[in-house]
This record gives sequence, C-alpha cells and structure tokens, in this order.
Amino acid sequence: MNAHYELPLEDAGYSFGFLDEYAKKEVRRCILKAISIPGYQTPYASREMPMGRGFGTGGLQLTLSLIGADDTLKVIDQGSDDSVNAVNLRQFVQLTCPGVAVTEKTQEATLIQSRHRIPEKMLTEQQILVLQVPYPDALVVVEPSEARRKVMHGEADYSRLLVKLYEDVVRFDEITLSHRYPTRINGHYVIDPSPIPRWDVPRLHHSPALVLLGAGREKKIYAVPPYTVAAPLVFDDIAFRVEDFRDANGQRIACRCCGSIVSFLDELIDDAGRVTHQCSDSAYCEEQQETISARKQA
Amino acid sequence: MSNKILSVRGLSRIHGEQCPLCISSTGPEHDTNMCPHCGSVVAAHDVNFDLYRGEILGIIGESGSGKSSTVKMLYFDDMPTAGSATFYDGDAQHDMFALNAAQQRSMRNKRFGMVYQNPHLGLNFQISAGGNIAERLLMSDLRHYEEIRTRAGDLLVRTEVSRARMDQNPRTFSGGMQQRVQIAKALATRPPLLFLDEVTTGLDLSVQAAILDLILEIQHELGTAMIVVTHDLGVIRLLAGRTLVMKHGRVIESGLTDQILEDPQHAYTQRLVASAL
Ligand SMILES: Nc1ncnc2c1ncn2[C@@H]1O[C@H](COP(=O)(O)OP(=O)(O)O)[C@@H](O)[C@H]1O
Ligand SMILES: [Mg+2]
Ligand SMILES: [Zn+2]
Repeated sequence: MNAHYELPLEDAGYSFGFLDEYAKKEVRRCILKAISIPGYQTPYASREMPMGRGFGTGGLQLTLSLIGADDTLKVIDQGSDDSVNAVNLRQFVQLTCPGVAVTEKTQEATLIQSRHRIPEKMLTEQQILVLQVPYPDALVVVEPSEARRKVMHGEADYSRLLVKLYEDVVRFDEITLSHRYPTRINGHYVIDPSPIPRWDVPRLHHSPALVLLGAGREKKIYAVPPYTVAAPLVFDDIAFRVEDFRDANGQRIACRCCGSIVSFLDELIDDAGRVTHQCSDSAYCEEQQETISARKQA
Repeated sequence: MSNKILSVRGLSRIHGEQCPLCISSTGPEHDTNMCPHCGSVVAAHDVNFDLYRGEILGIIGESGSGKSSTVKMLYFDDMPTAGSATFYDGDAQHDMFALNAAQQRSMRNKRFGMVYQNPHLGLNFQISAGGNIAERLLMSDLRHYEEIRTRAGDLLVRTEVSRARMDQNPRTFSGGMQQRVQIAKALATRPPLLFLDEVTTGLDLSVQAAILDLILEIQHELGTAMIVVTHDLGVIRLLAGRTLVMKHGRVIESGLTDQILEDPQHAYTQRLVASAL
C-alpha cells in the first residue's frame, strides 16, 4: 500500500465530471424523458458517488451529467452558498470538472444546484435549476406500495392526497404543510417538491428556467420544463397560500440584515435570546445589502 | 330503457390450479366446494341473476357457500375465473369484466357502494368520519371544500350519526355507529347500486333492527338497488324481495323471498327455513 498515493486526476484517471461518458449519457437520456413527461418520475441507474446518499448525490449526478467546461455553477444548501454541504459539493465539482467557473451570484450561474430553495432572484431561460430531493413520490404518505402508487399516478388519482388536505383544514382551519406540498405538473402528474418550502412552489409555475429534480436514493429524475403549469393541489374554495411572515401587529417582518419584506425568511434566535428574521437566500441578502450601501455612498 | 341494472351470467370463481373434474366433483350433491382431485376451491360457480332498479336482492347461505365471493367480484374486489356481468347505467351498458382496471375503479368509486361486515375494510381509521366520506366525494371529482363538508354532514345526519361527530375518528365509535358511517360513505356518490355483506352480523339485536330500518328507508328514498348478503333468514325476510340460496358455491334455489320462505323447494332450503322458525 502506498500511503502517498494520490488520485491521478491530471492523467485522465477520471473523466471530466467524475462519471464516465456512458453514465452521463444515460442520465441525460433520462433527463430528456423526464422533460418529455413533465412531473413523471423517470427511473435511472443511480451511481455510487464518493459521498453518502442523502448528501445530494441525486442532484450531483444531474449536475455532473449536464455541466460543461463553459458553465458557471452555483451550489446552495439551506439557502446558503457557505454551508458545509454546499461547499463540499462545489469543491467536488471543481475538482472533477476542471475549467468550470463557480459563483455565488444567482444571475451569473448557468447551472444551479440547490437543496432547499429556489433563489429569490427570478431565473432565466438560460439557466437550469437542479434540486436534490429526498422524497420523490408525493403519494408515499398515503400509499406504501410502489406498484399501487404507479397505478395511481398513471390514472392521476390523487384523491387520497386531497383527503389529507381536507383533514388538515378540518383540524387547523388551513393547510399547514410547510414542505412537500403536492404540486400537479402540466395537469397530470403530482410531484413531491420535497426540498423546497411552500413559498417556492408558485415559482415552479411557468418558470423560464428548466427545473430538474433528482433523488439519488430512490433513483428517480423528474422535471418541470420551462413555462409549464405547476399547480399546488387545493380545493376550489380554499386558495393556496404561501407562508406569510407577520408579527403580532400584522406587519410584514423584514430581514434584519437587508430589510427585505418580500423574501423567504429564516427564524433565528439572536445572542440576547430574541427571535429575529433573516433572508434564507444569503446571496440575495448580500446583494440587497450592497445595493443599499452603494446608494448611501452615492 | 329497461329497468334492469345488473345482469350476471355464469359468474364463477375457482381458487387454485383447476382440473377438468373440479366442477363435476364439487357442489351440494358432493357436499363440498373443494375438488378432491386437485384441491381447488370452487368458491362460486355459474351464478346467474338479474337485478332491477331499486330492487333488493338477497343472497343467503351458510358460511363458505360463496356469498361474499359473488359480491366481491361484482365490486371488483376479486376477478372471476369465468362468466360475465353487465351493468346498465342510464343509457349505457357496460360489460364489467371487459373494462380496464381504471374504468373498473372509476365504476366502483362513482357508481357502486359497498358496506362490509368488518368496518376496517370499508373505513379508513386514520382519518375522521367526515374524511372517509370526503374521500369518496373527492374520488368523484368534487373539489369544493364547503360542499364536501355539507354533503358529508348531511349523509351522517341521514344515517343518524349526527353532524357533531363528523370530525371524530370512527375508531372511537360503537360497532353500530361504524356501520352507519360505512353506509353514509357508500352512499356518498348516490350510487344506483349498493352491496351489503353481512352488515348487521355481530351487532346487538336492537342495533341490527335500527340499521335494517335505515337500509329500507334509504331504498325507499333513493331507489338504490341493493344486493344484501347474509346468513340470517330474518334479514332476508325483512329486506329482500327476491333471494338466491347458495350452497358450496352454487345457487341452489332462487325466486321471490316469500315463496322461498313459504314453499322451499330444495331440501337444504327446507332445513334452513325450518331451523329458523
Ligand atoms: N382467496 C381465497 N383463496 C382460497 N379460497 C378462498 C379464497 N376466498 C374465499 N375462499 C373460499 O371460497 C369459499 C367461499 O367463500 P365466501 O364467498 O367468503 O363464503 P361466504 O361469504 O358465503 O361465507 C370458502 O370455502 C372460502 O374458504
Ligand atoms: Mg362472507
Ligand atoms: Zn380439480
């Protein structure tokens, strides 16, 4: 055993993007299928990655299959580019994809891999958003058998999900789901957008950017193609609502750092033990702060 | 338009491998439904009947005679090994076992109702009584929350459960109350055809009587056609205009209930009637 052995990255021991060309081609084929059948969970041969499943290997395989040397990548986890997980994933891509640029700025990225958030800044047709999903199947909460779930998806039978929403309204007077809000894509398949909060669900609707969702453990890829209808399951007489961040007086709470009153907020406890709020999208927050200080200087 | 709602021909269900001798070596004259040659169970064989709108047909027989098997096939809980059934729905007529699985599910959810002896089969005990009814309404594409609430409440009132219990879990209800919720659920989509399989078995006599009354009232009010399965002659006597008598998977006698009770033809039926007197 040679303790000083290093992976021969330079000598093409690994291909660009870690996965071999055949594996990447296979993932791309599944991506095309997922795009052609919006919301359909396309099975794919999820590869072993040199990190545990559950750390975004599903999203990573999508990213690695799509990325080219001229791409600019942004990786977010918990809304932040600095979290350990995001840093690890980004470093892995930089290591295995020489020449790829990375950024924290949403508008500079051509490819964005994210776990919990869709960036606050509106994405464009030039961008692809890859979401890492832990739970691809919305029906899993009402039907344990995958075979039966497939039939239900095929027949677009989502009545049991609606029963869950009904029970929610009966008990709490409103739909309380904060995550995993079942969302119907292009009028047929209902997806589980498991990583993103309810807040982000409307942003899937008619998104100019292609949104791809990858589940490594469950070996599924699904897509919300650009400008596709994404409709959260609701009743005719109860409108879908996103989280509203209001204080006791009904005032919209502002981010403590940038003052934004239109962003999704994380709740934090400060050193004095008080509850404060801050944008969950850190890149957005920083940009807001820069704009404000630039304006002050001018 | 004929008044027929259901026409069943040669309906059969054999469990097991089947051999050429299965039919000829089972039945009442052999006093078994199990083939001595191959061990297959002839749960039902060559069941024929017609059912008319608003009519209640009884199926009576001892345990294991094939009553539930017959109803299960018609409700698509099980597939027949032979035979056909035609469901007449308005102007349409459906060859039931030629439909694909999705069509069968849709017919079952929207046009049929089922009440089981065991409430666990008919009710979801994870959700409220109202939620159980809501499920049927949602399956038939009603998406209006307040309307679902109103209709579920009305159904529970009609089946004498009371609106106040709508948001409670049926697990906490008495056996009789659970059957009422099952009936309310089965009626949610106002189906023209209802199956009831031993729905009063195991309940206190007074509770039984009240539920049988309810079933009769519903039939009068809504004109729902029903197939009532029971081993209890009293239930047949009260509810069914016509009756099939089953034994070892065969229909051994059929006709008007009064006639069967007064002048049973088959020796088995004669014993059955005599023992109930
Ligand atoms: N899934 C099955 N596999 C094997 N035998 C069955 C199955 N279901 C029912 N049977 C048999 O079919 C016969 C008729 O059953 P069933 O229709 O439930 O009778 P009943 O409702 O009249 O009591 C019984 O002998 C029963 O054991
Ligand atoms: Mg039975
Ligand atoms: Zn045999």
